[in-house]
Amino acid sequence: MPDPFLIGEAIICGYGDANILHGCTISVEKGEIAVIVGPNGAGKSTAMKAIFGLLTLREGSVHLGGQDISTLTPPDRVAAGMGFVPQTHNVFPSLTVRENLEMGAYLCPQNIEDRIEQLARLFPILKERSRQPAGELSGGQRQQVAVARAMMTQPQVLMLDEPTAGVSPILVQELFAKVQEIAAAGIAVLIVEQNARQALSFAHKGFVLVQGKNRFTGTGQDLLDDPDVRQSFLGG
Amino acid sequence: MRMDTDTGMGRPFWLALAMAMALVAVGVLQSWNVAMAILNLQLISALMALGVNIQWGYGGLFNFGIMGFTALGGLAAVLVAMPPVAEAWAVGGRGMATAAVTMAGTAAAIWALHRLIKVKALRGPAMALVFVVGLALTRSFYSPSVAAIEAVDPSVTGFLGGLGLPIMVSWLAGGALAAAVAWVIGRITLGLQSDYLAIATLGISAALVAVLRNEDWLARGVKNVTTLPRPVPYEQDLQGQDWFVDLSVRVGMDPSLLSGIAVKALYALLFGSVLLVLFWLSHRALHSPWGRMMRAIRDNRDAAEAMGKDVTRRHLQVFVLGSAVVGIAGAMLVTLNGQFTPASYAPFRYTFLIWVMVIVGGSGNNGGAILGGFLIWFLWVQAEVGGPWLMTLLTSGLQEDAPLRQHLLNVAPHMRQLVMGCILLVVLRLSPRGLLPEPRGRHGLAQQRNGTEHS
Amino acid sequence: MEPPPHPSPVDSNVVDTQAVDTKAETKRPPAPWRRPLWIAVGVALGLAVLSMVSRDGGGIDLLNALVRFANFVVIPGISYGCQLGLGALGVTLIYAVMRFSDFAHADTMAFGAMGVILATRVLQGMGISAGPLPTALLALPFGILGAVTLALVFDRAVYRFYRRQRAAPVTFVIASIGAMFVTNGLVRLIIGPGDQRFADGDRFIIRVQTFKEMTGLSEGLALRTTHVITLVVAVMVVLGLFVFLNRTPLGKAMRAYADNEDLALLSGINPERVALWTWIIAATLATIAGTLYGLDKSFKPFTYFQLLLPIFASAIVGGIGKPLGAIAGGFVVAFSEIAFTYPYRKILGYLGFETDSLVQLLSTDYKFAVCFIILVVVLIWRPRGIFQGRVI
Repeated sequence: MPDPFLIGEAIICGYGDANILHGCTISVEKGEIAVIVGPNGAGKSTAMKAIFGLLTLREGSVHLGGQDISTLTPPDRVAAGMGFVPQTHNVFPSLTVRENLEMGAYLCPQNIEDRIEQLARLFPILKERSRQPAGELSGGQRQQVAVARAMMTQPQVLMLDEPTAGVSPILVQELFAKVQEIAAAGIAVLIVEQNARQALSFAHKGFVLVQGKNRFTGTGQDLLDDPDVRQSFLGG
Repeated sequence: MRMDTDTGMGRPFWLALAMAMALVAVGVLQSWNVAMAILNLQLISALMALGVNIQWGYGGLFNFGIMGFTALGGLAAVLVAMPPVAEAWAVGGRGMATAAVTMAGTAAAIWALHRLIKVKALRGPAMALVFVVGLALTRSFYSPSVAAIEAVDPSVTGFLGGLGLPIMVSWLAGGALAAAVAWVIGRITLGLQSDYLAIATLGISAALVAVLRNEDWLARGVKNVTTLPRPVPYEQDLQGQDWFVDLSVRVGMDPSLLSGIAVKALYALLFGSVLLVLFWLSHRALHSPWGRMMRAIRDNRDAAEAMGKDVTRRHLQVFVLGSAVVGIAGAMLVTLNGQFTPASYAPFRYTFLIWVMVIVGGSGNNGGAILGGFLIWFLWVQAEVGGPWLMTLLTSGLQEDAPLRQHLLNVAPHMRQLVMGCILLVVLRLSPRGLLPEPRGRHGLAQQRNGTEHS
Repeated sequence: MEPPPHPSPVDSNVVDTQAVDTKAETKRPPAPWRRPLWIAVGVALGLAVLSMVSRDGGGIDLLNALVRFANFVVIPGISYGCQLGLGALGVTLIYAVMRFSDFAHADTMAFGAMGVILATRVLQGMGISAGPLPTALLALPFGILGAVTLALVFDRAVYRFYRRQRAAPVTFVIASIGAMFVTNGLVRLIIGPGDQRFADGDRFIIRVQTFKEMTGLSEGLALRTTHVITLVVAVMVVLGLFVFLNRTPLGKAMRAYADNEDLALLSGINPERVALWTWIIAATLATIAGTLYGLDKSFKPFTYFQLLLPIFASAIVGGIGKPLGAIAGGFVVAFSEIAFTYPYRKILGYLGFETDSLVQLLSTDYKFAVCFIILVVVLIWRPRGIFQGRVI
């Protein structure tokens, strides 16, 4: 079996003296949506940060397209083809929507117009509000800008840390639909999500983390059907 | 950074010893008079640093208004120790009282309007109107009274005078005056976060000193009060005493020299005891439950607030206490100088230099602040002497009258600003918590936790 | 959670032209400049009413009063406001990007101005002049070079260490006090503590006498070269800065970094580059402000140190971290200082109120007190300043 496109393998890391992740493995293929779910404090966001390089690995490795990227800094990983949307503070509030997108493409400012044009087809708000400061947008709109900002580098992997936090339920549907469109374009998507049931329903792959370790791994539907997973994490 | 182990007893002792040796060296090499003069100002500087450390080290308050409180202490010395000028009171006392009443009335009216008028658009203009009218009314009483007071024998008095009490009383009064003003200022500004507080207090101190410089009726302004009484005998009086002449013969020293040293030593004794008492009090306070709470607030304000501590109130307490200590030092300084010269209060000397003392000495540690006061004052004085010496050495290759040499020699005393800045930056970089860091963990929360485990 | 919409100085010019839905438009609080506008209208109306009410025996002379007001309050106020605004712009930029109040900024102004003075002397010695304009304008690049070098040395030697440590803002403030001592010491060592005059060229564009002859009024209006230069240079610099911040990738990156440091790092914005350019711009602004102030008044290290307070007041009054706020704050502080300490007796005389008193609200020495009062009033009632800057 060939190596997965993006894989964080046997990761051990944490803050201060304590380890949060105890050898967990996350992987995602191109065009696939992988969702990390699990109870609070299981290390979901930590796993995301470890893969993106915001935390130093104590053990384990991260490979992207067969290359070992474990020692790259986050900006270098962006250059290598990763896009990351933090959970909070994920836009520049006093910059306009358009300037936010420009900052997304700060490292590779070529044919920026084409890319904005492309993204605007996915997120019409980018055109409608292009001159408004991002800080004045509603939560859902801001999340769209945040995703678009991360997409400006034309990444091969898009990582979303709890993208639906603070977004109204109707807009959650819409946001997930956009994410599916992004994946359909051949991009690997990795999501950390509180909304486990909804996320698993469209995910190609799901990772259930408990106390920093992989507990269950399978396709989204498998996990939804698994009685153990349902009982423990999806509330029956 | 593990410095706690070697700060137990050794480091303070050796640093203090080195400081004492340096003073002795000045005494031997320059003169004992100079050494004693330095010592006296070191004691006062240490006291000021102690006051700032109470605010910054205990409470994390960024007070850049030290100059103002020092000046208030000085004002207290004048208001307590100078004899009252009856004539000035007679011509202007009533007018000043009326002006005070109208001023208070204006303030009250503005406050009432702020409370009563609900329509926002009206509130501003109404308050502005009352302010202007009140100001005009106050000035109409104030200006003629001031003119009358200042006309009373302007070359000697021209002010209301003081209470005519012994000048040592003014040390307490200086503390009280500084504390009272600090309370008012604290009420206004302590809600502000660090940088704003620093800037606001810097502004207040500038405003306070502007008042002292301009209100001649209060303490003669820039005409200075130069005839303050002394708590110690005058040199000439000592020289006239037979026992003193005998003593000087026995010591083998010129009476005039010995009298200067003796007077300075008496001052040093007085200042030293005040410093000791206040050091002891603040040490006790720091290690009381109150002190622990203060440091808890400083280290984690949010947690302390969540535990129900009234943080702003505590901050007001340390602000007032620290300012009182600075006020006492200010009164002592004027006592030592024998004169009150408002124009001499400059933020460099009286605010930022004291901060250098606290940071270099060790914020949070009273002993450190005091050491910083001694050390930095010593360097500040010696850099003024050392600068020209260094420049003479550096430029000795040049012609005697070369313009560059002349210029460098002229400006050499200003080396000390440069030296102070470099010391501050180097200490901040290499030992960010100062030469005598606050012993953390020994009296902190960790210690308490360990203590309960043992018991 | 929706943050309160705040008019940002950067977008205010574009928002209006853009089709934003009307709801959002009406929710927005009144534009920050409306209040000063109303005050100005009020003052004008008041003057008009005064001129009608006080008509006793035709002793009223509104034109002369206005000319005197312009000569002693408006023109000096504009000039001083520009100087303060440029200084505050530097403070506010440093705050926005590096998140600390730079107490060394006033001394950086003195250092830059000192470089200009020294270069002016050299140029004068070589017989080079700018004709009717002060030679200092030609010397400006040298002063800027000096101040930028100094700022970068400090950044490399001092601030970068703490930036990498992500030290608390207070550490930066204390370090900036160290930098203040060093800069101050350097200025005194190099040029001495004394007064320096370095303005040359034509002193006046319009002389009092000429104005009187031209208009036949008893009050004269003097338009000094330095006032006009201050205004022109300040407008050019501010426009340039705004174009830089809003149009160039680097300027946008600086704003992005000021907005959200972590996200800026993720986007690949190099913090060292942002810091470098912030210092370059701040030192340039400081030199220009210092030179303009020195041309207008005179150069004295201690006076520059005293500018620290009005500069901070301007930055805070305008809303710290907001460039447009710094300019507005500069004008508010400058006009308040002058308006509160100017004796109005003669103006009132022209308006028909003869009095013996000077009608001066506060003695000139209280200009710091005015500064401080504005500061406190703003901090208490509008802690984020006119333009809703950051809360420190």
